[in-house]
Amino acid sequence: MTTTTAPTKTVQTLLLRTAGTNCDAEAQTAFELAGSHVARMHLNALVAAPARLEKADILMLAGGFSYGDYIAAGRIFGRELEAHLTEALQRFVERGGLVLGVCNGFQVLVELGLLEGVGADPAARSLALTDNASAEFECRWVTLREEDSACAWLEPGRLVPVPVAHAEGRLVVRDDATLARLRANRQIALRYVAPDGGPAAYPGNPNGSVDDIAGLCDPSGRVLGLMPHPERNLSRHQHPRWTRLAEREEGEGLAFFRRMVAVARDSR
Amino acid sequence: MSTLPDAWRVEVFRRADRDDPRGAEARATLAEAGLHPASVRVGRGVLLAPSLSPEAVDELVERFLLDPVLDEARITPPGTAPEPVEATRLLVAPKPGVMDPVARTIEALLERNGVEPATGGLNVATFTAYEVSRDVEPAELARAAARTLANPTIEDVRVDDEALSYGVALAPGVRGRVETRLAGLDDDALVTLSANGQLSLNLVEMRAIQAHFAELGREPSTVELETIAQTWSEHCKHKTLTGVIEFTHAGRTETVDNLLKSTIAAATHELDREWCLSVFVDNAGIVEFDQGQALAIKVETHNHPSAIDPYGGAGTGIGGVVRDILGAGLGAKPVANIDAFFVGPPDLAPERVPKGSMHPKRILRGVVAGVRDYGNRMGIPTVAGGVWFDEGFVANPLVYAGTVGILPSHMAQKSVAPGDWIVSLGGRTGKDGIHGATFSSIELSEHSEVNAASAVQIGDPLTEKRVLDALLQARDRGLYRGVTDCGAGGYSSAVGEMGEHTGAEVDLARVPLKYAGLSSDEIWISEAQERMVLAVPPENVDELVALCESEDVEASVLGQFTDTGRLVVKDGDEVLCDMAMSFLHDGTPRPVRHGRWDAPQLDDPGAPAAADVGATLLALLGDPNVASKQWIIRQYDHEVQGTSVVKPLVGERSDGPSDGAVLRPLATSKKGFAIGIGANPWQGALDPYAMALASIDEALRNAVAVGADPDQVSVLDNFSWGNADLEEELGALVLAAKACQDAALAYRTPFVSGKDSLNNTYRVGERLLSIPRTLLITALGIVPDVARAMTMDLKGAGHALYLVGATRAELGASRYLATLDLGAGVVGGRVPRPDLATAPGCLARVHAAIRAGLCRSVHDLAEGGLAVAAAEMAFAGGLGLDLDLAPIELTATAGYDSDATRLFSESTTRFLVEVTQENAARFETELAGDATRVGTVRADRRFTIHGTRGDLLADLALDELRASFFGAYQG
Repeated sequence: MTTTTAPTKTVQTLLLRTAGTNCDAEAQTAFELAGSHVARMHLNALVAAPARLEKADILMLAGGFSYGDYIAAGRIFGRELEAHLTEALQRFVERGGLVLGVCNGFQVLVELGLLEGVGADPAARSLALTDNASAEFECRWVTLREEDSACAWLEPGRLVPVPVAHAEGRLVVRDDATLARLRANRQIALRYVAPDGGPAAYPGNPNGSVDDIAGLCDPSGRVLGLMPHPERNLSRHQHPRWTRLAEREEGEGLAFFRRMVAVARDSR
Repeated sequence: MSTLPDAWRVEVFRRADRDDPRGAEARATLAEAGLHPASVRVGRGVLLAPSLSPEAVDELVERFLLDPVLDEARITPPGTAPEPVEATRLLVAPKPGVMDPVARTIEALLERNGVEPATGGLNVATFTAYEVSRDVEPAELARAAARTLANPTIEDVRVDDEALSYGVALAPGVRGRVETRLAGLDDDALVTLSANGQLSLNLVEMRAIQAHFAELGREPSTVELETIAQTWSEHCKHKTLTGVIEFTHAGRTETVDNLLKSTIAAATHELDREWCLSVFVDNAGIVEFDQGQALAIKVETHNHPSAIDPYGGAGTGIGGVVRDILGAGLGAKPVANIDAFFVGPPDLAPERVPKGSMHPKRILRGVVAGVRDYGNRMGIPTVAGGVWFDEGFVANPLVYAGTVGILPSHMAQKSVAPGDWIVSLGGRTGKDGIHGATFSSIELSEHSEVNAASAVQIGDPLTEKRVLDALLQARDRGLYRGVTDCGAGGYSSAVGEMGEHTGAEVDLARVPLKYAGLSSDEIWISEAQERMVLAVPPENVDELVALCESEDVEASVLGQFTDTGRLVVKDGDEVLCDMAMSFLHDGTPRPVRHGRWDAPQLDDPGAPAAADVGATLLALLGDPNVASKQWIIRQYDHEVQGTSVVKPLVGERSDGPSDGAVLRPLATSKKGFAIGIGANPWQGALDPYAMALASIDEALRNAVAVGADPDQVSVLDNFSWGNADLEEELGALVLAAKACQDAALAYRTPFVSGKDSLNNTYRVGERLLSIPRTLLITALGIVPDVARAMTMDLKGAGHALYLVGATRAELGASRYLATLDLGAGVVGGRVPRPDLATAPGCLARVHAAIRAGLCRSVHDLAEGGLAVAAAEMAFAGGLGLDLDLAPIELTATAGYDSDATRLFSESTTRFLVEVTQENAARFETELAGDATRVGTVRADRRFTIHGTRGDLLADLALDELRASFFGAYQG
């Protein structure tokens, strides 16, 4: 890993990976195109030097099948972070660091309880990501709507085409009170919608998530998790229908990262 | 009832108030076997060491096994039965010794978290518990489960029997030298010895071995004999394709010395394209790409393992070909996977499934799941492939797995130096996959599933992903000089091949094992998955081991490459093998085989007129061979790595069948690469030469249709053939290989790699049957500018549609004739044959038009001909089309209806191209002689066809076309 000191103005993203992480290349590209410096780091290395997190503005948990997702998606990675880095992660969020979990990263955040607020007990969590309602792995493009939420780098009402690729992306809540709390805390950050912004049905909501929720933030708005992959829609040739569309400058997912990096820069 | 397991039993079920999609899926699966229980619950089961305290088990369950929102757990203490439930319990567990990656992962997790039983090891085992409502008979359930939910070859199935296996120790194998007596054995005894030892060596080879050791004045050890059997196996050595063949055809007999070298490889060497960096010498072919980077490509066959266990066989097929890419040159990063399946028809009546085989639907679902779970976990997009259905594949399905990788061009070569350490990376060695290489050359029979249980391998993509991460870093740090994968034959092949020109010495005592009980022979030849072998200069070993440790990868020094020219294998201090590399690699006898081809004398059924063109078109779109493969494609992550430019599904609703895939592996380059596939398993019975030409043409035009430059395409061959001991089969193979040579030279497209599978035969009663002759061609083409990549969906109303290429009376082996059902068995006819004089120019002109920006959509004509291709373009684009057959030139041929021939001929080198009115004149000039205007895109959603006499042949709504295309078998 390169540890060259970048100028202080450059936002530093720590891209954490472990066995089975496999969307780290496109995640790195996304943050670099958005103007951040990216340091990729294996979990083993961060566990050995948790202070490394203090140099970062953004912590990225990329997609993949961490530890094969062999018990449940994100379960083992979540427990590893809980066992070794609970305090470091809490400090990181409390001092204003931003956390993004995409796909498997979202599953890890849910397992870790980090979306339910700093200090929440993972064993008592109220959120789960589980088998898609179709019981199939689903790789397809969907439309996301950025919602009016606590997450500062989203642009309410904006529609973003993005691919999903997962088998366990269905958001389930413990009870109605949980859903009410998510709404009250403005934690519902992203929803699946029809391409025209109307309500999504399968396959627009590819997994059967409650209330068409595609992404959640924590009450502070600094931790965001989502199942779809905005990092796979950065260039104008990634959209599944680019040969039918008018010329575009870039993919619609890039703005998401650009705004996140801007917020990270401002919140220094 | 036998003994209850002496282990904690944990079963995690969905709580009753939560959806249970896995239960619903299991219910649907049982329904296919005719069972309709009211409910099925599925529980994930884990067995844990009995010495763990109840508190430790509770904590484990709460922290790791249970989701607090969704699940409930049933915990049963060691030696006791679970509390009774109001359901029939069906337990499915891997047989002892079968790889169980989930159990190993839980063990590692517990170890890291300091969970240690008071006595004994962690010994985690897993199982699945199905609780089925009591409205089905337990005996019926057992029978149905064995055909649907479980694979009895590798899994134990118990109904209302709680006696799960736990902690069964394997019978210890012999460590040390064991000799086999060859001296004095007569021919019968030699043949028996080969058969009993599953060596798959024929009499001539056994005699050569006998003579070799007689000369040495000693007997071979079992390790030596096994090493020879592995190295000389058809799978590793391609004895038939590299042997001597007396070939008789058209009244002439010629001697073909090394078919591969004299045809396919000869064309590559004659073409001598400067962008070919490594051909036929490595695990994969390597060609130049851009910015100092090269592409490595390999496609493998994995037929026999997939017949026995479709899921594990296809998964390890992908795992194996990914390792081929990791071991190409100094190692390439995998960027795309390819899969192609040839299976029996999905609507096959259950009573037509031979004993010992599975129903084609189950095989297909299994292989798809295997590719999905391995490929997705590796983070490699599966972007191209195909499925072909024919009754000839019922007992012997074909499974092809391919991978493309990227590596720096200067790393395309590898070497080994005496003194380098032999280092094994990755998975541990177990009994899995013993005799896979030799098994692959044996006919399948109803007993195969029993004989081959040990040949089945279960992969662990997590281990392979770790190896990938560690290996590429080690490559970039220059820590090793050579690398290869451990595939067929295990260490015996990997070390034997790497050390061929130096010598090697290995100590089996240094090999890390999954469990105790392996014999020395088994350690040496085990095909346990996820292992790579490296040649590491001594000064780099410490750094390599430390790097691997940081990635949780096991690295073990097994021995050293030497300068002795000998292969020495020890187990501790005892020498088990000491053989000359020259005998091992060059000692294979080369008997003369005989092949002949006489064209079958069959009546040409011509092209009967269609009674109802619309109905025929709908039937063709619903033919499983043509119909949508969306249910498969969506299960594969074809977006990971973010490189896809043309996806396997395209169009208005992203569900049109793309001709090929385009990927852009370097974000800094505007170049991409395209993958196109060609195959037709029906043509080989009539004309294997034409079949090979047509398959190559199809792969090329699929690549060209999406934007590849036909002057920068390399191809791969994968022959899957029947009984090569039959003169007719071998003769057909020679002809197909000659066609590959002729086509490669004509299109100037070199073959860069290949892998073949012969003796795909199966026994039904007394009859030994061969599969339909199958040649899969994979084309890898450079797309000069991804912004000019092309999709097949119609783009705009009023645009002109052109047919490019000549239509001829070529309907032999066509889907049209198959749809007409002219009678059982082979029907004759003229197999489409590309005109090698004109086809390359046509491909070049189509590409030039695409580059010039003249085309809005391009689609290849293949199965079902013009009618199917035009219909696909229309519904993919969500735009209607008026298709007019009158302008199409066709030489009148007796027996060939003029409309049916124009609509359904499968003549090669043809495309449909959509052009704006603005560009129409220029397009017509550029493609003068090739292009005929045949239609206009409509604004509404209707599809019409007018015949040569101006009559309206069909008038269909796009939704009717869609209903047929998407209404066929969808998993």
